[in-house]
Amino acid sequence: MDQVRVIEIKKSIFEDNDRDADNLRAELKGKGVFLLNLMSSPGSGKTTTLIKTINSLKDRMKIAVMEADIDSDVDAKKIQEATGVHSIQLHTGGMCHLDAEMTRQGLAGLEQEADLVILENVGNLVCPAEFDTGATKNCMILSVPEGHDKPLKYPLMFSVCDLVLINKIDVMPYFDFDLDLCKKYVLKRNPNARIIPICAKTGEGIEEFAKWLEDNVHKQKGEK
Amino acid sequence: MHELGIAFHCIKEVNKIAQENNVAKINSVTIQLGEVSTVIPEYFEDVWNWAVKKETILKDAKVKIEIIKAVTFCEDCKREYPTVQFGKICPNCGSDNTYLVTGNEFVIKEIEAVDQ
Repeated sequence: MDQVRVIEIKKSIFEDNDRDADNLRAELKGKGVFLLNLMSSPGSGKTTTLIKTINSLKDRMKIAVMEADIDSDVDAKKIQEATGVHSIQLHTGGMCHLDAEMTRQGLAGLEQEADLVILENVGNLVCPAEFDTGATKNCMILSVPEGHDKPLKYPLMFSVCDLVLINKIDVMPYFDFDLDLCKKYVLKRNPNARIIPICAKTGEGIEEFAKWLEDNVHKQKGEK
Repeated sequence: MHELGIAFHCIKEVNKIAQENNVAKINSVTIQLGEVSTVIPEYFEDVWNWAVKKETILKDAKVKIEIIKAVTFCEDCKREYPTVQFGKICPNCGSDNTYLVTGNEFVIKEIEAVDQ
């Protein structure tokens, strides 16, 4: 007769991913590569923001982009065409987030060396926040039409982000968006978060974001 | 589909444990799930049953889910209260200076295994 036994495990499902992510972060530090995990809702302007920012930075450093989506390669193509930087598409196969292992595979698939790698995560304010990708820093874009109350509704996303970009500020008057209140809500979830209001369309605030990236790239290389 | 990603992680982990323990077959996997873990138990069970069909050791494994109550602690009045009912605002003193004590867990508690 088969021997049946109970094996006690008591292990969190996130434990392995957290360890993989810490390892990846340490390796990137060793190589002097700054990896930014960029998250947001669909349609918040991630790709447009990236194009503007990359065009401002690309002469000063080597940049690569990894676009994570459930399907299609429209974003990777768009980035490559608009900026000329190396861009690859990662498919999550229906999954709503990337984990550290998938990020590692993506990095291995890059064909060029880079000082700055930007991972554009799946458009979603819930799941990507729960899985550490191993990125050096996390950034999220909240766009004005989504409303200033989002930090209250998606607390985890805002608490894991080092930088919050508030995009589409040119349409603020049409959406009754309260920027000060929004900042207050973000800082409530994460007192250490840096907040930069931007408008990817007009270019407002993009230089400040580019400067933040550049400082971090230097820091990752131990230059400052 | 958040539950599917979690189910894949869980299956990967259990497969690893099964190999380390020389297990031939797994009858069941017991999961402890926090009330505010963002995983919906019924959905998780559905995607689990779908995902294990592609497996070998785990092919017939049932998932058993134990719920962990969500409890929040208030820093101002130093009391605990049920999170699901009251959210982030303390029902005792009205403070929002609170944090979650338990309730966001997703733990693989144990597996019932058949030896080789």
